[in-house]
Amino acid sequence: MITMNHYLILSGILFAIGLVGVVRRKNLLMLFFATEIMLNAANIAFAAVSSYYHDLTGQMFAFFIIAVAASEVAVGLGLLILLYKKYGTINIDDFTIMKG
Amino acid sequence: MIPFAFYLFAILITGLFLVTVMSKNVLYAMTSLAAGMVLISGLFFILGADFLGVVQLIVYVGAVMAVYAFAMMFFDVTRDVEERHDKPWLVFLLGGGIAVTLVVIFAAPIMGETVHALYPPVAGATNPQAVGLVLFTKYLLPFEVASVMLLVAMIAGIILAGKKMEISLSAMDEDMIADTKEHA
Repeated sequence: MITMNHYLILSGILFAIGLVGVVRRKNLLMLFFATEIMLNAANIAFAAVSSYYHDLTGQMFAFFIIAVAASEVAVGLGLLILLYKKYGTINIDDFTIMKG
Repeated sequence: MIPFAFYLFAILITGLFLVTVMSKNVLYAMTSLAAGMVLISGLFFILGADFLGVVQLIVYVGAVMAVYAFAMMFFDVTRDVEERHDKPWLVFLLGGGIAVTLVVIFAAPIMGETVHALYPPVAGATNPQAVGLVLFTKYLLPFEVASVMLLVAMIAGIILAGKKMEISLSAMDEDMIADTKEHA
């Protein structure tokens, strides 16, 4: 029998994968992919809690997370295209313009 | 049957997302991310959250991934991504440690058995009906705020990506690119 803990453990594993990606990636587009993984992991946890406690609040929050993710992609990719047109690269290491 | 489906989806999602995080090719990463999203909607269907699963399919796989695919036309994706990694073990230690800490923090109230259902599903209603009832009564204000946020994001996306649309970096040679940078 699959319990809620199974889903929460899966969600934790996926969140860890996303976080490792965020820390590891130097390419901005890949960084966006990693944040999407983290948002999806949170969605799985919300849906699981919502289902096992017979409460729709979790699903509502999952909807709003999806809305936030959609707008994040729209604005983030716009900024990314602007950065690429200005510098010709989307590698974070090339943006270290502050010398100290 | 449900345990089999859960473990199948869980293993496939984990593997696909690992490919997304580890792959050097942007196209491979995006494709595996899209496939993982499709399988996550399968998990939602198992959990009985039908409407959420359909929204996941339409918004994530349909819209977000399409936006990524369009955005990738601006970048050179045929080349492998070159990334400098100083201390790989530190990344995994930090990422895993932070993730475990966050999971413990958010799982603590559940372990304390203090969670009570605020809005239980209406008896006899299907999942989309119950979602609609709660969304348009208790969560009407957040819903409207989310719609305004999406409008703002759409306008921001149009304005940000639409600036200097007539200049194409990929169609120019190196001298012309340097020339536009001096003018900028």
